[in-house]
Amino acid sequence: MNAAMHNGDAVSALTNFVFPNDFHVHWSLMIVLYPYITGIVAGAFIVSSLYHVFGIKALRPISRFSLIFALAFLCCATWPLLLHLGHPERSFSMFLTPNPQSAMAGFGFIYTAYLILLVHEILFIYRPTMVRLWHKSSGFRRHFYSFLAFFNDNLSPQALRLDNRIIGFLAGLGIPMACVLHGYVGFIFGGVKANPLWATPLMPVIFLLSACVSGIAGIILVYVLIMKLKGRHVDMDCIRTSLKFLWGFFILDFVFEMLEVFSHAYMATHHWHVLENLYWGPLYTTFWFLQVKIFSIIPFFLLGILCLFKLKDQIVLFFAPIVSLMILIQVLLMRWNVVIGGQLMSNSTRGQVSFVPEWHGREGIIAAIIVMTAPWIILFVLSRIFPLWLEDQPTEKKASEA
Amino acid sequence: MLNIEEEINKDRRGFIKKVLGGAIAGSLLLVIPLRAKEYTERIPGMQEEDSVFTQKNFVFVVDITACIGCGSCCIADKAEYQVPDGYYRTWVERYIIDDHDKVYVDSPDGGLGGYIQPREGLPNPVRDTFFVPKLCNMCKKPSCVQVCPVGATYQTDDGFVLVDKTRCVGCSYCVQACPYSVRFISPVSHTAEKCTWCYHRVRKGLLPACVSVCPTGARKFGDLDDPESEVWKLLHQPHVISVLKPDMGNEPALHYLGLRREVV
Repeated sequence: MNAAMHNGDAVSALTNFVFPNDFHVHWSLMIVLYPYITGIVAGAFIVSSLYHVFGIKALRPISRFSLIFALAFLCCATWPLLLHLGHPERSFSMFLTPNPQSAMAGFGFIYTAYLILLVHEILFIYRPTMVRLWHKSSGFRRHFYSFLAFFNDNLSPQALRLDNRIIGFLAGLGIPMACVLHGYVGFIFGGVKANPLWATPLMPVIFLLSACVSGIAGIILVYVLIMKLKGRHVDMDCIRTSLKFLWGFFILDFVFEMLEVFSHAYMATHHWHVLENLYWGPLYTTFWFLQVKIFSIIPFFLLGILCLFKLKDQIVLFFAPIVSLMILIQVLLMRWNVVIGGQLMSNSTRGQVSFVPEWHGREGIIAAIIVMTAPWIILFVLSRIFPLWLEDQPTEKKASEA
Repeated sequence: MLNIEEEINKDRRGFIKKVLGGAIAGSLLLVIPLRAKEYTERIPGMQEEDSVFTQKNFVFVVDITACIGCGSCCIADKAEYQVPDGYYRTWVERYIIDDHDKVYVDSPDGGLGGYIQPREGLPNPVRDTFFVPKLCNMCKKPSCVQVCPVGATYQTDDGFVLVDKTRCVGCSYCVQACPYSVRFISPVSHTAEKCTWCYHRVRKGLLPACVSVCPTGARKFGDLDDPESEVWKLLHQPHVISVLKPDMGNEPALHYLGLRREVV
């Protein structure tokens, strides 16, 4: 029965039987990107909350940037879904006539609520900045900045105190919402009982932790790259603190990912025999070799060394973006292995299929590249409106920053 | 002998009256059609005026011991719904067990062409072989209905699980949720599709297309609340009867007669 279990070869062995409808991978690249993007959003938000709510002062240099970064990705979070839907023109039905029993029906509401919260938090944090830009500019820009400052140029200490209270409230509320946003995405998979790879209560937890990991890694990578490109000084305290958080979250993430496989293997129910053939079959390269060996174990030790040893700034600055990029790839691989991997085994429990994404088409590789490029363009546009770095804020008093 | 002309002449007025009356009565039949049965009723009572469809309790029974793998059901299904190639509302699997207890399953093209040739290349002598037709399990607790975000997949009062093509957004969540892999996204309509147990035929008192063409009676359909029905008798006799993947908790209304443990 297990002719197809070793190292991905002989997928179409004699005993393998795949249900005729299971030859189609209905959730392809776009559904890989969807949790990837929402994960980056949730993770980036957590970085900002570490400063705004938990008072990790070292993260101040990236506290604003991480929110704008989250917003840039959040703007594109629905794109892969719309590209995936057979009838995107009917997507509003999820708002108008949702099925309350469906795990998927809540996404529109959670997404919208989170978008509203994130935008408001950004606007309140940037209000003093917007007011100064409003006063400096003229014409259309003047109207635009006044709109972004809620048409209120009161920067008195009292007004700023109120702003800060609102920011604290929104950031505090944002943490459970970011967790809900991404834990929920994990539940969309974790709630599918027909699929033994997905159906585990650990799935939301793993999704949430990998979200934090990808968000922090994304922030570190882009922060260092932008600063290097601009020839500016990188705040080493900020980088070292971020790396510590990255390592901490990654330890949890990786442990839970492995725990999931290990406990399945140890209990060895009939589900495991299906999963075994999957992990050592079509998923061998992308899971064991790439996700675990290359992009988990190496960054795990790299991060450990970066965090535990007192290394020179130059070395940390060299390795921080590399390890962050590796973590970003690890999370993308994890999304792939979960989303695609879950569909590579048939409900017949007797066979697997292989999958190679197409280049063209709505869910092809080119479309995926476009979707992943868009947040960077949006980030660039947003950075023209909202100065990403504290040193770029229009002068006058600086004490008022949140 | 009776002389017709004489008889008519006896009462000409009366004769004309009778002819006229007959003609009017006949033409009335054209204007007010009697509730004549459009089709021959195959499910008893379905065409009765007082038949309450929603109070039926339909079940499907597949007799594995009777299926010969001819593929007629698959052809009927494909013709009834113009199912796109490579997608299947129903299919027939061939199980082969060799004398080393190894199980070999295949279903080339969903069994559409029938199993005319024996399977080749098996290393050991064959001990046993049988065919298993598959179709929608019409679960009492359907996962697909639970997960559909817009309620396009729904359960009728009489237990049918159907898809509203005009509402389906094509997200494929139901395809992922179905433990039996009976669903697919049609490349034509870009909406979810699956076997409906021929709801449109059943409503008219007809049997599902696959049931009506099965030459061996391996597919049976009927009202479980009708003690006269074949399905009632089958499910109340001491047969070996089971459903697929009972541990999923979906409570299928599709029952298998003579189900073997090798069948998933």
